[in-house]
Amino acid sequence: MTASGSTSAAGPAPGVTPGAASGPPVRAAHRHPRPWRATLRAIPTLLRIGVAETVAYRAEFVIWMLTTSLPLVMLGLWTSVAAEAPFRGYDSADFVAYYLSVLVVRNLTGSWVSWQLEDEIRRGMLSMRLLRPIHPFLSFAASHLASVPLRGVIALPVAVVLLLSSGADALTRDLAQLAWLLPALALGWFLSFCILFAIGALAFFLERSSAIVDVYFGVFAVLSGYLVPLTIMPAWLAAVAQVTPFRGIIGIPVQIVTDPSLGPMGAARLVGFQALWAVAVLLLLSWLWRRGVRRFEAFGA
Amino acid sequence: MTGERTLRVLAAQLRASVMTAMQYRANFLVSGLVALYWVAWNFLPLLILFGDRQMVAGWDYPSALVVVGYFVILRAVLEGIITPSFEDAISRIRNGSFDYVLLKPLDAMLLVSACKVEPWKALELLAGLGIFVHAFLELGRPPTPGAVALGVVMLLSGVVAMYSLWLAAVSLSFWAVRLDNLMYLLSAIFDVGRWPISVFRGAVRVVFTVVIPVAIMTTFPAMALLGRGDARTATGAIGGSALMLLGSRLLWRRAIAAYTSAS
Repeated sequence: MTASGSTSAAGPAPGVTPGAASGPPVRAAHRHPRPWRATLRAIPTLLRIGVAETVAYRAEFVIWMLTTSLPLVMLGLWTSVAAEAPFRGYDSADFVAYYLSVLVVRNLTGSWVSWQLEDEIRRGMLSMRLLRPIHPFLSFAASHLASVPLRGVIALPVAVVLLLSSGADALTRDLAQLAWLLPALALGWFLSFCILFAIGALAFFLERSSAIVDVYFGVFAVLSGYLVPLTIMPAWLAAVAQVTPFRGIIGIPVQIVTDPSLGPMGAARLVGFQALWAVAVLLLLSWLWRRGVRRFEAFGA
Repeated sequence: MTGERTLRVLAAQLRASVMTAMQYRANFLVSGLVALYWVAWNFLPLLILFGDRQMVAGWDYPSALVVVGYFVILRAVLEGIITPSFEDAISRIRNGSFDYVLLKPLDAMLLVSACKVEPWKALELLAGLGIFVHAFLELGRPPTPGAVALGVVMLLSGVVAMYSLWLAAVSLSFWAVRLDNLMYLLSAIFDVGRWPISVFRGAVRVVFTVVIPVAIMTTFPAMALLGRGDARTATGAIGGSALMLLGSRLLWRRAIAAYTSAS
């Protein structure tokens, strides 16, 4: 037995992340009631960190935002289709208004938290977050919320183009209806964040949740109204889209802006629909999270 | 013979990669199902559009299906070989193990381009062929042998054009290591390829024919297979993709020359 052989045996095995292998037990942090005041006081700092993160990776951030070019492609397609003749009641201006609004809403309510969460669970880095006296849901939420202003900077030119374009005539002018836009956007953001957080949390139970994210995106793109307006879909598909939560992320905020027939009451009902789904997804998420963290601790963080 | 040796090494690389992928059988099955789900997904906008219209910009439903068939096949090649291999290369550039690739006495570009495959994408390849069969049954006439030959040649030129674009993106990532997001951007743009280029108008059409030639990848091959292709489009497409390959090869050479390892 040589000396070098014994030292390498004593060191950590190659390929094992030290944080995952030698992290202190996290259970203790969970038993104690959470100090809510400390959490509240930490939120401004968390937001500041989030802004700094977003600014540090701004080039990637812009490219990431540009990859949401699907609405522009669909816009090009449907406006040339509508130029021949209106398509199921949609003329060119309607399509311009619809897809530019989709682009703005998508930029504001989109989320990528599932990738981060999956990565942290798989690599064991989540144990560090669990040790902190702030719930990981809140720390992730703060960091993502902080990127919203920069996303607004990207969405703003699109909104200006929308107001100057032919689509401006197709927008609603009812201010009482438009007042519901802000709550609808906030709930849309929250809904998409919660759903993606829940999908990321599936990594507690599955080896790879990224395949599920792909499937989710496919379902989401159709049922949210991201791909085509709900009103031009085949009837059976539109019926499914009406009851599922996904239209809360894109379709509802867009409808509030582009559908003058809605009225303030109709807009309020749509926001109520979003709120109901937000509560339901949050309940599901907290159940999933509690079971997942127990499992995570069980396989030795 | 370096040519023969290169081929042998490439074959060995592919075999190892397929074996690795086959180890995860559950994952294999799930990924296969997910792949088929995406193929079905491609039909939806087409069904909506042609549920209401007989003709759009000179394309009827079966002809547009041929474009979708090429789109599905090209995307299978893209996501089956090109992106996994290049993503692997980019992570090697970042962690420094790319040096070992350069040290091997073979062409690094070839080694990098086929170092990782996702075998379940072969299912999508089959689905693409199935779409062709369905489309020509709907049309009620088989393609002529000449059209099939031209369609195959154009498919190859489309693959070359696609490969060149992605190779250029990887080459750029030598200078700015975090540019791999550019590949996601390219994938998002490639999505245009599911539509015949003539349904777009004005600047959009010019961009996707000349600047980022998605038309070379799906629309022109589909026209060839449908017997609508003319010699000018065909030579233009083949010449264009050859030029793109040359350009990205030069860019790759410059990138390798500028590479100073991660340390």
